[in-house]
Amino acid sequence: MKDARLTCEGRIKVPYKWYVGETGSRFFTALRDRCEIWGTRCPSCNKVYVPPVKNCWQCFRHLEEWVPVDGSGVVESFTVARQPDPMFNLEPPVIYGLIRLGEASGSLLHYIGEARPEEVKVGMRVKAVFADRRSGNILDIKYFAPHRD
Amino acid sequence: MDKVAVMGVGQTSFEREKNETFEEMVFEAVRAALADAGGEIGDIDNVLTVSNDFWDGRTISSMSVMYASGAWDKDVSTVEGDGIFGTIYGVMRTLAGSFDTTLVVSHVKGSEGRMNLITNGMFDPIYQRALGIDATTSAALQARCYMERTGATEEDFARVSVKNHRNGLRNPQVHLGMDLSVEDVMRSRKISDPLKLYDCSPVSDGAAAIVLANEKGRMRFRQEPVWVRGMGHCSDSFTLGYRDLANPRALRAAAGKAYRMAGIGDPLRELDVVELYDAYSYMELLWSEGLGLAPEGRGLDLVRSGATDMDGDLPVNPSGGVLSAHPVLVAGMARLIEAVLQVRGDAKKRQVAGAKTALAHGINGACGQAHGVIVVGT
Amino acid sequence: MGKRAAIVGFGQTRGSSSRKDVNGVEMINEAVRAALADAELGIEDIDAVVIGNMDHFEGINYVDMWSVEGSGGVMKPVIKVTTGGTTGTTVAMCAYYHVACGLFDRVLAIGWEKNSESDTTGAIITAYDPIWERPNMAGAIGGLAVDASRYMHDHGVTERDGTRVTVRDRLNALNNPFAHLRQEWMRGKDVNTLVDILVSSPENQVLAYPLRMSDMCPRTDAAAALVFASEDVAGKIAPVPAWILAVANRHNTVYYGDLDWSLNETLEAASRQAFAKVGITEPLKEIDVCELYLPYSYAGLAWIESIGFCGPGEGRRLLWDGVTDMDGEIPMNPSGGVMSSNPIGATGVIRVGEAAIQIMGKAGPRQVNRTVNVAMATGFGGCYWADVLLLGREKPN
Repeated sequence: MKDARLTCEGRIKVPYKWYVGETGSRFFTALRDRCEIWGTRCPSCNKVYVPPVKNCWQCFRHLEEWVPVDGSGVVESFTVARQPDPMFNLEPPVIYGLIRLGEASGSLLHYIGEARPEEVKVGMRVKAVFADRRSGNILDIKYFAPHRD
Repeated sequence: MDKVAVMGVGQTSFEREKNETFEEMVFEAVRAALADAGGEIGDIDNVLTVSNDFWDGRTISSMSVMYASGAWDKDVSTVEGDGIFGTIYGVMRTLAGSFDTTLVVSHVKGSEGRMNLITNGMFDPIYQRALGIDATTSAALQARCYMERTGATEEDFARVSVKNHRNGLRNPQVHLGMDLSVEDVMRSRKISDPLKLYDCSPVSDGAAAIVLANEKGRMRFRQEPVWVRGMGHCSDSFTLGYRDLANPRALRAAAGKAYRMAGIGDPLRELDVVELYDAYSYMELLWSEGLGLAPEGRGLDLVRSGATDMDGDLPVNPSGGVLSAHPVLVAGMARLIEAVLQVRGDAKKRQVAGAKTALAHGINGACGQAHGVIVVGT
Repeated sequence: MGKRAAIVGFGQTRGSSSRKDVNGVEMINEAVRAALADAELGIEDIDAVVIGNMDHFEGINYVDMWSVEGSGGVMKPVIKVTTGGTTGTTVAMCAYYHVACGLFDRVLAIGWEKNSESDTTGAIITAYDPIWERPNMAGAIGGLAVDASRYMHDHGVTERDGTRVTVRDRLNALNNPFAHLRQEWMRGKDVNTLVDILVSSPENQVLAYPLRMSDMCPRTDAAAALVFASEDVAGKIAPVPAWILAVANRHNTVYYGDLDWSLNETLEAASRQAFAKVGITEPLKEIDVCELYLPYSYAGLAWIESIGFCGPGEGRRLLWDGVTDMDGEIPMNPSGGVMSSNPIGATGVIRVGEAAIQIMGKAGPRQVNRTVNVAMATGFGGCYWADVLLLGREKPN
């Protein structure tokens, strides 16, 4: 008897609502209301975290100090995604970057926009471009665009 | 560490799309491992399964395989992570005093889900996920970091792909054994710069199982023991931009622990075979540094010199590696199975002559956040 | 081969229907700090981390990787174990094996759940086989209702009997500042009155016959963590460590249709194995306190029979005679149990931790009034799976 290769289709539909927490809420509120980027600083190791964290994982201590962070920075790495999953409604090519902003000790994952894939380089200076309509989430930053001066 | 041996290994073939269910694949792998060991399910004192709820599309993913894994009326647990970690936990349970033998079995059917969405789920829902980042686009970011740091080129990555796919031709269990040239890889479709199609592993289906025993338990089986000489695991931090993606420090720590236990001071000389987790071509170079096979920043020398070819000083991924078949969660265990077969002298057309000591490596999390290393030997 | 291991620290966050002030990683960090503080250790003293939860409740893949910045696992060995409702006890057992194998001296075991972030029933439904069972299953409550019906039929118990279990646990919860459900209106009233009030209350809706709201556990946001230590260091960390005497589990069944509904056979088998290891032949006499994982009330009658505290059908008598109350022969759920707090991935960790602090003498207002030599903790979940741990004051042989 030949194999019958039946399949059953389905989808997991569990809605989620993630609580951002007070620390994250403060970060997103500043993005939404004032187009400002803030981080938290650890007094022990001096690391500045963007996005901010409530606890420095290196020193394992609570962080209380908030520091404003420059909206411009440097591309530490990038990639040009050629075939994003349709679920994300992204028009390829999509350029992802790890961008080190101002005094931050690490880099922020986000999009690079207003740039052709060929012109993006590690070390390039970019600046945050904010969305016109902001709702208090990471996409309040639309993308980071090259400094053209 | 007291002695634990791998007494049996078994697996299904790894394919792009298998018709068997999770249960059927697990049953097949378990039966094969028991047959290889020369024992039966009654010889097993406890069972560990390895599966992932997202990949399986069901929460409590272990539930689907409790019968098939032989867990009936036995102590059992489930690791959600690569099979190398399941194996490491299995070794712990075999040494703890309650059990003399342990069966560890892993499974996945990558064909049943959408890899991009499933791996997008690894990322933080608050700060990262909405960007659409996934395993491949994040790996591409790491590849770029590695290129900047070391001067490695896309051609160096392509050489890894050529080597491993060619090795895969001699492995009947993988589905992407191929004869490629560096040109073929360089011309293959761009996925996420600098990664092209042949730089990326596929998404596969399969299951694998191993039988572990301590010195008392191994007497139940007829197979020649392959001893676990050392093992270690370690996780780096999570947030992508706050890890040095070009510095495999977690792997260095895990490997260091395994080497100390195994009494290995010079891995390049003292290992005969290495099976590492090349989910993407560049990873072989990066992980080679973490394993101490090349000095920091010089992973590219290995592939340029041919040192890691089948006829080189230290063959890496004679099985064809993850590039030739990538059943997630199973792949780390598949590395161990190859290492065991090599040490036993059972690796057939892939046999590295005189192999006595082999290393198996698995990773977990985006860009290899966590690593597990097991060194086996006669 | 094989080292003895003990619990030397326990910490948890207060159970809440919704922790809006923190994200998951921050909540995990709170429990870790609490456990470390309890053991008077720093994170640098920890050799390995084990963590668990039920994935689809928070929708995060590879939680052990995602949580590492809050769990303290950065540059440490970290793995995740997960087995549905039994996750917490499975996590505890995993940490135990880390220590018992001799490779790690101090291991952190973390369980957590932020149930408020998802549709709990929607997530639980995905546990069932998509081809054979999912189209018909109604989450957790349906299966438990079938179990309750069968037990009522076999032994003639009534809803008063089930409610007696609820009343016991919810009264105990009033002594536990970490419990989620602390029903202050119950304080000071006697058990019969409380049972009367609940069975006659029109607000106490039927969810799935015979289960009413009062018969069910809540869903909770919380995290809990345990510190396990090897015999080489345990005595230096805790004045009275809670030694692990035995660990046993059975996760036998895959399909609900395969279950024998007349008894909890996995709990029976796991208990039998654990008791045999320790040499316990009369659990009612030889065990001093039990944190029994009860997802719903009637289980508190049926499962004490499966364990062997009494014979079939006798569970009801033990409850009404007060044998399982705080001053009874075998106090059960001094913490208020799962009926008062159910952060699923953490729930099993809490059972083990609550049993441990009874031995350690650290349970404060919920401490049972006797020397606790042997404490029992159980886990439940999946397809009627059972985990059993026995803890002791004396280091085992």
